[in-house]
Amino acid sequence: MSVDKNTVAKIARLARIRVDEKQQEELTGELNQILGWIEQLSELDTDGVEPMTSVVEMTQPLREDVVNDGYYVDRVTKNAPESAHGFYAVPKVVE
Amino acid sequence: MSYRIKGNTGEWEVVIGLEVHAQVISKSKLFSGAATKFGADPNHHVSLVDAAMPGMLPVLNKEVVEQGVRTGLGLRAQINMKSVFERKNYFYADLPQGYQISQFLEPIVGEGTITLDLEGGDVREVGVERMHLEQDAGKSVHDQHPTQSYIDLNRSGVALMEIVSKPDLRSPEEAGAYLRKLRSILRYLGTCDGNMDEGSMRADVNVSVRKPGDELGTRTETKNVNSIRYVQQTIEHESKRQVKILEEGGEIVQETRLFDASNGTTRSMRSKEEAHDYRYFPDPDLLPLVLDPAWVEEIKATIPELPDEKKERFINDFGLSAYDAGILVADREKAMFYEEVAEGRDPKLAANWVMGDFFGALNKSGLSLDASPVSAKQLGGLIGLIKDNTISGRIAKEVFEVMWETSKDADTIVEEKGLKQITDTGPIEAAIDEIMAANPEQVDAFRGGNEKLIGWFVGQTMKATGGKANPGMVNQLLKKKLAG
Repeated sequence: MSVDKNTVAKIARLARIRVDEKQQEELTGELNQILGWIEQLSELDTDGVEPMTSVVEMTQPLREDVVNDGYYVDRVTKNAPESAHGFYAVPKVVE
Repeated sequence: MSYRIKGNTGEWEVVIGLEVHAQVISKSKLFSGAATKFGADPNHHVSLVDAAMPGMLPVLNKEVVEQGVRTGLGLRAQINMKSVFERKNYFYADLPQGYQISQFLEPIVGEGTITLDLEGGDVREVGVERMHLEQDAGKSVHDQHPTQSYIDLNRSGVALMEIVSKPDLRSPEEAGAYLRKLRSILRYLGTCDGNMDEGSMRADVNVSVRKPGDELGTRTETKNVNSIRYVQQTIEHESKRQVKILEEGGEIVQETRLFDASNGTTRSMRSKEEAHDYRYFPDPDLLPLVLDPAWVEEIKATIPELPDEKKERFINDFGLSAYDAGILVADREKAMFYEEVAEGRDPKLAANWVMGDFFGALNKSGLSLDASPVSAKQLGGLIGLIKDNTISGRIAKEVFEVMWETSKDADTIVEEKGLKQITDTGPIEAAIDEIMAANPEQVDAFRGGNEKLIGWFVGQTMKATGGKANPGMVNQLLKKKLAG
């Protein structure tokens, strides 16, 4: 598997990261090198081996359904560049 | 009769699939301990997890998983003992994480079935493709500031069930029946309140058209439609629009559309074109969800009798028609009310009273069932009085009106107003004798062959006894006396 410059440009756009022409060129090379390393894994026979989802043997822990968080609107909006009346205030986004 | 769109080149069939987002009833959110209750001040029901602060980790809510399993069982669906939460990546102002935690390749619930109750008591099975759990997004408010949108994250992270139907629906009516039935099942199960006004249930509507028998056409998806009527309008408008394009030689573009409630039409959401590349991948913060079979069995034991089973029982045990049974079971509270009224009474008579006078009075007064001035026990009492001949059906209507006004028991009202039915032959015979003596020409006419006059005599007798005479006895005695 490998990626071309157009794919790199598309991934960058989807991730909302600005990558100029020159950087796209460089990234294509870097990413293909990484993909090449990962490709080596396919040399192993993994038939019948369960995918490993965690390095520790455990299942998903579950929480009881109790309300024990929230009610601190000031903390929630503290880092917002702008807020008003308890809302985050952002540049107008309307469909 | 199949629903068809008539075009210039013949008839077109409409193929519909619905993705319903139903808010799970739980106290706290899917992955955080913030409250889910509707109507709080902006950003009050928000934890640092919901606001996606760096380093915050999601922890799965046990109750939501249980509700998901319960819903799957209620939809007679496959429960997947292992399911996986994935990240669906996109950017929007009310999605602070930059992704929604959802399920994609391995949802918690697989294929199931919903039985539609159609007009005239007909039924039809519709397939459910899957159901998965996911986070809701926040809410954007666009009309409070000229250049800014306000973001409220109270809804962010609330658990949703996305229930996806197979493309089995063929008309706006069927889509409506599907949504009503799904809502009824969720309410019986107690897993979603089904309140479309508050956004607890909303639908994405997939529509395509084809000539009957052809392959499936290209579909469009109209997002976030929040009432059954709007879903039906979406289907009507969208199918006509597609037929027009195809007949003019055009092609349908697979796209996301928006419903405009102000004129019942749909329009393209151009900005979403690229957003379809969601780059799903398993959320590294969450392990696969593995269900213990014993737990699923425990949940199964808590499933109440659902509308389909209840309907079947009402038909078989109570002798109700499929239509009546369908109406009575649609709403769980109403079904429970009916059963309480029918307890130890004539079930058909009880059904007629509940669906007729009682629902009628309820609708007229605009009251909800739990605010009814007449309890199920009281209505049952009234029906008991009719059945044991204490009062006639006609007097019962009068008593019911007084019950509605005063909330008194039926027998108290009958006692106070002296409405007890006359079942003693003496007074009825006396009344008949008097009427016959006063109207000899009518008696002669009857005896001369005008048998229709019996109705007039019944009327006179009822009038003379203040409506309290037992109608059956009046008929019987009249026939005997008039025969000479």
